[in-house]
Amino acid sequence: MTARLTPLWTFVAWLATLAFFAPVAWMVLTSFHQEADAATNPPSPLAPFTFDQYETLFSRDITPFLLNSAMASVISTLLVLALAVPAAYALSIKPVEKWTDVMFFFLSTKFLPAIAALLPVYLIVKDAGMLDNVWTLIVLYTAMNLPIAVWMMRSFLAEVPKEILEAAEVDGANLLTVLWRVVAPIALPGLAATSLICFIFSWNEFMFAVNLTATQASTAPVFLVGFITNEGLFLARLCAAATLVSLPVLIAGFAAQDKLVRGLSLGAVK
Amino acid sequence: MTTLTTPPRTAPPPAGPRTPSGVDKWRRRIPLLPALIFTIVVTQLPFVATLVISTFRWNILRPGERHFTGLSNYTFVFTDERLRTAVLNTVVLTASVVLISVLLGLGLAVLLDRRFPGRGLARTMLIAPFLVMPVAASLLWKHAIYNPDYGLLNGTLNTLYRFFGADHGPTVDWVSTYPMPAVVVSLVWQWTPFMMLIILAGLQAQPGDVLEAARVDGASAMATFRHITLPHLRQYLELGILLGTIYVVQTFDAVYTITQGGPGSRTTNLPYEIYLTMFRKYEYGEAAAAGVVVVLGSIVIATFALRTIASLFRQEVSR
Repeated sequence: MTARLTPLWTFVAWLATLAFFAPVAWMVLTSFHQEADAATNPPSPLAPFTFDQYETLFSRDITPFLLNSAMASVISTLLVLALAVPAAYALSIKPVEKWTDVMFFFLSTKFLPAIAALLPVYLIVKDAGMLDNVWTLIVLYTAMNLPIAVWMMRSFLAEVPKEILEAAEVDGANLLTVLWRVVAPIALPGLAATSLICFIFSWNEFMFAVNLTATQASTAPVFLVGFITNEGLFLARLCAAATLVSLPVLIAGFAAQDKLVRGLSLGAVK
Repeated sequence: MTTLTTPPRTAPPPAGPRTPSGVDKWRRRIPLLPALIFTIVVTQLPFVATLVISTFRWNILRPGERHFTGLSNYTFVFTDERLRTAVLNTVVLTASVVLISVLLGLGLAVLLDRRFPGRGLARTMLIAPFLVMPVAASLLWKHAIYNPDYGLLNGTLNTLYRFFGADHGPTVDWVSTYPMPAVVVSLVWQWTPFMMLIILAGLQAQPGDVLEAARVDGASAMATFRHITLPHLRQYLELGILLGTIYVVQTFDAVYTITQGGPGSRTTNLPYEIYLTMFRKYEYGEAAAAGVVVVLGSIVIATFALRTIASLFRQEVSR
């Protein structure tokens, strides 16, 4: 039985929650204000609502950036799943020899700082004429998320009961039937959680995006920083842009709330 | 209810009853190969290239001068004042962000582990900072919160001062006066939810009967926390610290956006310094050598991280 908080501690808990949430609330609120009401001191939270900032964003071509982001994150996530699911199968249900070593090899690549790979990646991509190309980002994001996906999917597939698999094999059920009837029902929620995590990480990625793209393939975070330097500062519009680009991840994250910690800890914590 | 790993049993890890034949071995390996080959090609080859480039004197502003110089880039890396500052800044930044967010995350997790009105909503709201795009969050902090003229921070102070009868609140330029704390606070805000989630999972995996027994035996809440909860949480805290360290060491977005490493090089961390060496000084050889040094540093942290994850992992596998 979980204990209850006393009213005093409930107050403290809510105070802390509101303090953490305040910047997000302020961002969303400001995005619905006019510029003149956004940059005031003292702040004017009760200024009239307007959708002007969002209209301006779309008329100022945020759309191609959002499309690039969507393409890079969705395609890389699909590629990650196509590579990670079979690999996770070979690491759990029908494990290869020394499968734990393979797991830790995947994990160790995640610990190498991406910045150290930037220079060679930049040189190779430049030589191949692939600078400013969304597919470059897709390949990099696939590599970036593959270890996370392998670890997560393995931890889900490991939950498939061995006894049922063996029983099905003894009964002579073929591989596809086993996959469809026994493995899929357990693995599908894991698959959904894994894709949301991969989507979040690629959607938010900035370092490769800002250094490897120029005009054609730039993603949403690059739009955000470019926006400041190009137009001077428009606080309300900046908040609208920040809200807009964060929205897909906020939705994905809230949807995957229960599985978020499992993905972030690479499946180590459930 | 979340579950972690049950205590290890003595059963050996699952292995086939018979040693598989050669053909079967390869049949098992086939699904693994695409992922393995892709990972090796995309993540390992660039590091080999970095190692090679780090032995060259190579500045693209002086073409034709590219030549092998052995380890002289490393001599430069270890003696350069800017790089030493960057190493120090990286340590300060990472240590403060990770420690503060672990402590805040622990506090929040302890509160959220109990029932109170609106707990589900509070949890959802607390995750939000981690989900806001990091670049967007950094811009938000820099312009909407820290701005000396109309930022939320000075604006709130101003409102409070006026409420208590003063003419005007202080006008602090937060980013130039306190550059490092400004970066740290924005990152703590982003990473606290991450720590909270991991620690909360740990709290909820506590065996209820032990806590119940402690209560029946009349142990105080404080004693229960110190002697039962904290030891149980140890591996979760370790995991949070190590994963947090690995991610925060790589911080690029926040430095790039909030301070551009300045004023001077007071907030330049290693990733940002390597970026500057590469795309502002065009010293490819030096950038590569600095990259190799960062990799070596990361391997040290990663070794500890891998050990912690391996122990959690072994417990799970041996179930």
